Amino acid sequence: MNTDREVIDGLTLACDEPTDYAPLRARLADRAAADGLLDVAYRTMDSPAGTLLLAATPAGLVRVAFDRENHDDVLVELAGAVSPRILRSPRVVDDVARQLDEYFAGRRRRFDVPVDLQLARGFRRAVLEHLREIPYGATESYTAVARAAGSPRAVRAAGSACATNPVPLVVPCHRVVRSDGTYGQYRGGPEVKHALLTLERAG
Amino acid sequence: MQPFEAVVAEQGPMVMRICRALLGPVEADDAWSETFLAALRGYPDLRPGSNVAGWLATIAHHKGIDQLRARARRPEAAGDLADRPAGAVAGPEPADGELHGALAGLPAKQRLAVMYRYLADLPYAEVAALLECSEAAARRNASDGIARLRRHYRKDES
Repeated sequence: MNTDREVIDGLTLACDEPTDYAPLRARLADRAAADGLLDVAYRTMDSPAGTLLLAATPAGLVRVAFDRENHDDVLVELAGAVSPRILRSPRVVDDVARQLDEYFAGRRRRFDVPVDLQLARGFRRAVLEHLREIPYGATESYTAVARAAGSPRAVRAAGSACATNPVPLVVPCHRVVRSDGTYGQYRGGPEVKHALLTLERAG
Repeated sequence: MQPFEAVVAEQGPMVMRICRALLGPVEADDAWSETFLAALRGYPDLRPGSNVAGWLATIAHHKGIDQLRARARRPEAAGDLADRPAGAVAGPEPADGELHGALAGLPAKQRLAVMYRYLADLPYAEVAALLECSEAAARRNASDGIARLRRHYRKDES
């Protein structure tokens, strides 16, 4: 080894052996959680509605995002709105993923997971709280939702609360439809809303 | 601010290079975890526009040196570390021309300059800012450090 360049290359090569970072990162996430430093844990899962991003705080499921929302953008939003202490940590949200699998397979009618609604405030939050009471297979109009959330005339606001629901599927905004029976907008796209309502009617 | 996961994905290999250069492959994994755990703790307070690679390299260096000192405190080794290069307590010399762990044998300034420049891949202007010295001094320290590593390597080869 004669030149500086060779020494530098030798040094970086010796320290750049192929490394499987997956177990290191998993262990980091576990230790972060144990030390109370993991503010947002997330994983992705495949589903009939496309790849879903599931993110949870220690308080509960805080965000479910569809493919079309761009998961990287959603994580950046969470970094700003909740905390930048975000790590991929399947373990934390595995239970949610399992229940969603069962739901899509028609074997689950209610979700039994803690939900953190911190991303919605005021009236929007009241709307989301109410949505959780609409049973599987049923639908409600935006007008009925506005009334139930305490502001009968805030039909448009009820619509936008549904459209910006941070926890779709688990908080079932897909069960809210227009008074004329048409589906209305949905964060995951109208075809997903249609598929979910069809699934629930079959059950 | 970037989600911390993105920082780990982007800078993980760089931090690993530093940990291995200081500690060798076996102990590097622990130092890697300790580095990112400490970084995660401080991350929300990091000022916008900070040099994230330099910040992580500095933490990795601290964690690596901590681990070398802990190694030296074990029964088989002893002595006052304050004035010695960390490598003086790093146990056996790297064998067969291995550069693993060799970085620890350099004097502090040279070690940091080589680390920031060649392992963290930072330009000399940033190396100088991190070392709080002139760019010329940063260059000199890095090249002296490399020269020393070269001598060390030759000795192993002979």
